[in-house]
Amino acid sequence: MSDTTDSGPMLAADGTPLKESLGRALRRQKIRALALIAPLLLFVLLTFVIPIVSMLVRSVENQIVSDTLPGTIAALSEWDSTQGDAPSEDVFQNLFFDMFNAAEAKEHTKLGTRLNYENTGLASLFRTSGRSMDDIGEVFQDAIEDADARFEDGAFWYEMMSGAGGDTLLADRRTRWSALTGDNMSGDVGFAPSQDIAALLPITTAAYTDFAIWTAIEDEDIVAEEDPWEAVYAALAVDLRDPSRVAAIASYSGAGADALQALTATEMPDLTFTEAFADLDEDWVSPDVWETVQVYSPNYTPGYFLNSVDRELTIDGVEARPENEQLYIKLFGRTLWMSLIITSSCILLGYPVAWLLANLPVRTANVLMILVLLPFWTSLLVRTSAWKVLLQQQGVINELLVWLGFVDDANRLILMNNSTGTIIAMTHILLPFMILPLYSVMKTIPPTYLRAAKSLGATNWTAFWRVYFPQSVPGIGAGSILVFILAIGYYITPEIVGGTDGVFISNRIAYHISRSLNWGLAAALGTILLVLVLALYWVYDQIVGIDNVKLGG
Amino acid sequence: MAQTPEGEAFVEFERVQKSYDGETLVVKDLNLRMPKGEFLTMLGPSGSGKTTCLMMLAGFETATHGDIRLDGKSINDIPPHKRGIGMVFQNYALFPHMTIGENLAFPLEVRKMGKSERDEKVKRALDMVEMGAFGNRRPAQLSGGQQQRVALARALVFEPELVLMDEPLGALDKQLREKMQFEITDLAHNLGITTVYVTHDQTEALTMSDRVAVFDDGRIQQLAPPDELYEAPQNSFVAQFIGENNTLSGVVTQITDDKCLVRLDSGEEIDAKPVNVSQVGERTTVSIRPERVETNKERLSDDAHTLKAEVLEFIYMGDIFRTRLRVANSEEFIVKTRNAPDQPRLRPGEHIEIGWLPEDCRALDA
Ligand SMILES: Nc1ncnc2c1ncn2[C@@H]1O[C@H](COP(=O)(O)OP(=O)(O)OP(=O)(O)O)[C@@H](O)[C@H]1O
Ligand SMILES: [Mg+2]
Repeated sequence: MSDTTDSGPMLAADGTPLKESLGRALRRQKIRALALIAPLLLFVLLTFVIPIVSMLVRSVENQIVSDTLPGTIAALSEWDSTQGDAPSEDVFQNLFFDMFNAAEAKEHTKLGTRLNYENTGLASLFRTSGRSMDDIGEVFQDAIEDADARFEDGAFWYEMMSGAGGDTLLADRRTRWSALTGDNMSGDVGFAPSQDIAALLPITTAAYTDFAIWTAIEDEDIVAEEDPWEAVYAALAVDLRDPSRVAAIASYSGAGADALQALTATEMPDLTFTEAFADLDEDWVSPDVWETVQVYSPNYTPGYFLNSVDRELTIDGVEARPENEQLYIKLFGRTLWMSLIITSSCILLGYPVAWLLANLPVRTANVLMILVLLPFWTSLLVRTSAWKVLLQQQGVINELLVWLGFVDDANRLILMNNSTGTIIAMTHILLPFMILPLYSVMKTIPPTYLRAAKSLGATNWTAFWRVYFPQSVPGIGAGSILVFILAIGYYITPEIVGGTDGVFISNRIAYHISRSLNWGLAAALGTILLVLVLALYWVYDQIVGIDNVKLGG
Repeated sequence: MAQTPEGEAFVEFERVQKSYDGETLVVKDLNLRMPKGEFLTMLGPSGSGKTTCLMMLAGFETATHGDIRLDGKSINDIPPHKRGIGMVFQNYALFPHMTIGENLAFPLEVRKMGKSERDEKVKRALDMVEMGAFGNRRPAQLSGGQQQRVALARALVFEPELVLMDEPLGALDKQLREKMQFEITDLAHNLGITTVYVTHDQTEALTMSDRVAVFDDGRIQQLAPPDELYEAPQNSFVAQFIGENNTLSGVVTQITDDKCLVRLDSGEEIDAKPVNVSQVGERTTVSIRPERVETNKERLSDDAHTLKAEVLEFIYMGDIFRTRLRVANSEEFIVKTRNAPDQPRLRPGEHIEIGWLPEDCRALDA
């Protein structure tokens, strides 16, 4: 009976500290246990952790902007949006070449869709403009071909551009293509730019290399036999605008040197890219559009998350979205609040049933248990649809109430397509998840405790409240966590009986995944939901203690 | 049967019957009167209805028939929580979610006792069972014996006049059990509590009780103080159940008021004291306690009947010798003799004669 409290660390028989040798003994057990659960762990890792991680990544990922418009983004960094002007010619020039490539690869519409999430209208701007890149290039092509007919010939171009020493450039352009398309673009191009021409005409060489890579790898044609894209002619025209390059051409002696020299003598169209884009659509010179592009140019963005909490990222930082676009915070709040109501109703309805189950004679309890489990054996969809039949205005419940005279025929209760419907149907559907843990906990509370309490002078109520109830709390805890977490992510039932007032955040997530195709936002919403559940779990652990949660035994 | 004086019964069972399933009677015709302050033990084999009786008294089962009275009032109309009966359960039933202190305070709290008074009583009750230092622990952090003490303290803390204990020491080892037996009786007597104690350990029953009620088959077979129970069993069940016992069966051939002659099935004749036999020709089982058998012929009176016996086994047990004999066709006849200097040590195979005083040999029902 005496209580020994020694000071100083206890020693095991062999003199090592007791803690240490205990730790060693336990470690072996742990390793064995770990080996047993390894297959499951692996399974969970593959099917659960990896998808979640990929979802988390998707919610912040934003490479599409810099992948599609690499040159533009680089040039745009110089631009100061606060001036209220459109960006410089340099930006538009880069935009032309980036857009040209993107249009060839049909990637520009994806970027448009992405930016449209942040600034409505950009999708159509990108889509329509993509088609017109050729037209811009043709202006230059016509002028160059008029000046010297040799430039009409693909083989001539090939000879002029080919050479040695341009492998770095080739690799560089290849990487850009693969970032843009998502393919790895490997394979023999059958072309390598010459170092000399690259130094002489850098923009042209880059454009021609792009053309060559695409022609050889995607179109699977011979580069020398194909006529270059309009963009290559535009690039040449741009190169020729630089007086220092014109001077260099004069002393150039490589292939096609005379044709180039002849070209320097001719007048080139003085069309600027800024004008060209402004002609396509006035929006291109609107600072608003460029602000969006600049704000969303980094590879990772908090944009989706901000969107999920009704904020947006502007050049001045985080701002609330306009009133009429605010949606998600309200939806999260509603999801939490309704889950809470559903959980409470499950406790209120489930507790007496579980108590009966645990205290009735086995035979009767088994019959009751089957009734509890019955819903599990019918499809969720069928059960929810059954609620539709019951709850609608001409449905069973309303008919009955009208017939009994409780409700006037003219104002029947609206039980469906609102939150009432969702709460009723989900309480019913999730009730077993409350009853089962409660039951298994109650089953372990021996009836002698109640008897003991009564023999000590407690009334039935006191005995229940002070002795039985506290011991059943772990069951309530387990049931509540289960029901709450299931409810918070529920989809089918709110979708069917929830109408617009009774939908949950998961319905919105489903909408973004399957209809609006804004997966980034769906991922961000999902991530917030996940964090919310984890946070609640943590709070719960602080208040109730997770080791107080029992699913049985 | 020996009964308490009329009029002052504190607990009274009158013609109580109990059936759980409507087919068999678990308790058949129970009559019992207990005066205030008595320590009564219900002793009996498993399933004999002891717990059932206790539960009826505590109010968790209702009697199918008959009347149970507590202090003169019929108990049927009083709900369990108003009976004021302290109870110690077989598995202690300490509330696992409360500390020891809270467990003890519980009965006082439901009686709306003030905090300071409550604390004082809890402390006193814990000190009484030497558990004063454990008030803040949970039941799961105590050993079996400690839990036992707490359960006892909890049953006593609200000062009930009647305490029921259902095999409270069943889960303890022998040594602790003996210590607790002593502590429980001591407490009960000091506090003047009326106690009904259930056990199926006969030593426990004999050492602790004022009176013992031997249960079998739903009836009280005998209700008597321990010494009487041991020395003067009323029937062969009690004789068999309490202590060690030798039985021989035969037929009554002669009978007077305090003496009868029994011819054993082996043909030998012995003297016995008639208890449950009344006429010549009746079959009977005679019962003799092993320590009342005399192996030394010289110490017997001349007219005593003796039996021939063969020593089968001799066991030296320190304070006593235990000898197994073949007597009148029975090979399980045990004799216990004190380890005294003049006591011979018998050897297996030896032939001796044994005998006893006629009043030690009781002729009971067959
Ligand atoms: N709740 C019950 N329902 C039906 N039968 C019961 C119930 N409780 C006890 N019995 C039966 O009543 C008889 C007496 O039981 P009881 O518990 O009173 O025995 P006991 O003398 O306390 O035995 P033990 O020494 O094993 O505790 C047993 O045959 C038992 O099977
Ligand atoms: Mg019992």
